[in-house]
Amino acid sequence: MFTHIPNYPQIEKIETGIKGFDLISNGGLPKGRTTLVSGTAGSAKTLFAVQFLAEGIQRSGDAGIFVTFEEEPADIRRNVKSLGWDIEAWEEAGKWLFVDASPDPGEEQIESGRYDLGALLARIEYAVSRIGATRLSMDSLGAVFAQFRDGAIVRSELFRISSILRQLKVTSIMTSERTQEYGEIARFGVEEFVADNVVILRNVLDDEKRRRTMEILKYRGTSHQKGEFPFTVVSGRGILAIPLSAMELKQKSSNVRISSGNDALDSMCGGGFFRDSIILASGATGTGKTLITTEFLNGGAKHGERCLLFAFEESREQLFRNADGWGIDFEAMEASGLLKVVCAYPEAASLEDHLIEMKDIIEHFKPHRIAVDSLSAMERVATPKGFREFVISLTSFIKHQEVAGLFTSTTPTLLGGTSVTESHISTLTDSIILLRYVEMNGSMRRGLTVLKMRGSTHDKDILEFNIDGSGMHLGNPFRDVTGILAGNPRETPYDFHSL
Amino acid sequence: MSETSTLPGLEANPPENWVLRLYIAGQTPKSLAAISNLHRICEEHLAGKYQIEVIDLLEKPQLAEGDKIIAIPTLVRRLPAPIRKIIGDLSDTEKTLVGLQLKHKTV
Repeated sequence: MFTHIPNYPQIEKIETGIKGFDLISNGGLPKGRTTLVSGTAGSAKTLFAVQFLAEGIQRSGDAGIFVTFEEEPADIRRNVKSLGWDIEAWEEAGKWLFVDASPDPGEEQIESGRYDLGALLARIEYAVSRIGATRLSMDSLGAVFAQFRDGAIVRSELFRISSILRQLKVTSIMTSERTQEYGEIARFGVEEFVADNVVILRNVLDDEKRRRTMEILKYRGTSHQKGEFPFTVVSGRGILAIPLSAMELKQKSSNVRISSGNDALDSMCGGGFFRDSIILASGATGTGKTLITTEFLNGGAKHGERCLLFAFEESREQLFRNADGWGIDFEAMEASGLLKVVCAYPEAASLEDHLIEMKDIIEHFKPHRIAVDSLSAMERVATPKGFREFVISLTSFIKHQEVAGLFTSTTPTLLGGTSVTESHISTLTDSIILLRYVEMNGSMRRGLTVLKMRGSTHDKDILEFNIDGSGMHLGNPFRDVTGILAGNPRETPYDFHSL
Repeated sequence: MSETSTLPGLEANPPENWVLRLYIAGQTPKSLAAISNLHRICEEHLAGKYQIEVIDLLEKPQLAEGDKIIAIPTLVRRLPAPIRKIIGDLSDTEKTLVGLQLKHKTV
């Protein structure tokens, strides 16, 4: 009879403090267990191991032991200084202890008869009890195997160490080498004894671009997010993972309307944009995307809202001159603290780094409105997959902040057309505004239409607009033209029946 | 291969002062074997010229740090310089002698 369903104890986890990893792992590393962190050369394994201890000390005062088989403690201390971690100070405070098992250069070791790694075990136990450690990192297993001839002894001893760590309730990481990004979990068959939890760090060369990802391959008895998640290494902070699917869709939806900065556009949208919505403005070069952005920022500043602009196409001087040409004084807005303009070349950093930097600025400046001009400029520096992740991550982040975001996207063709950016984010955006050239009777005119306005009715017309010294002026709809959005405008015969 | 010593492979004139340190962890069979093997080898090859210090890491784990000991048993030759390490219960006399540089490596 199946009357009694056993109540399995849940595996407790401890938050590592490594940003993003705790989300991917649904709460951190399994408490009291050993997790294998495996990766190729340069995949940031050692950093992961160091950061696990560093975050423990900084966040909750957890003392940690670092067992090094490879680099000397002096090197590790020096290498992580740039990340803002002062291991020496932690050592003095009794929060960090090295167990130095790095080989001495030039020292030859001879094996004669049977041995075990009892000394290592004794040193680890002693270190743990000396500072009351609850975290331990061991870097790296490959280097242990290199020191001894008999791999079987090393394997069984490492197994013994991990079971003793479990008894001591120490949560630990062991790093291990891989030779290929996609292949066996680790060299030396180490997965046989620390197979319960495996994290893989990758550093893949993809279309001439390096892409770091982390993946939790196994988490025995407990849940985690599946698949590869991009991460980056940031100076001053260490590893930052960017969990996309791990992010919850918990954005609140607001009914509060805000001004687009243009009254006519507001009324087209049924009374303005929603306060926490993402708006995409798409158009060919010169159709007025930067103008819409400028008016959007001006509309915010007029109501005392803080506005943030990320510009990836034009320099600060150009932007300020443009705004001036439309009767908007960016300098005054900036002086009043309501505007912040951040200009950057897309090529200056990787997408992940851009993303981290943008998030930092947003968190610091706490804007009410954010504009990105243009988002599509970022397509240049990423693989399609990387770009897609960037867009999704940025969009979700902005939505979490509950602020209005306006992204622009440049279409590759002058007439009609869509861009990769649009296809990536059109489902994530709440509103889409299309700006199009309309070629008629030998002249170029401009048209604007609101394609989508989530949660509201909107004007479905394609309105003609002009740009002058006071900005954008929406005029009459193109009533007798079809094919504008397809990039093939044609005059249609006047239809008397519709009158 | 040319040999300069009387016995094949043995060093002709080992230095006069030997300081050896043996790390063990408890009275395990491996530890006990290492102690007795070490005494035997020293009596045979270094009679009157050696001192042995046995360190039990179960009692004094902190002493393992200095010599960066991982394996048990480990024999450390402190003197003559340079420092050399031999791991294992020293049951392979040939390898132990090579490790102590009391004997050349034979091909």
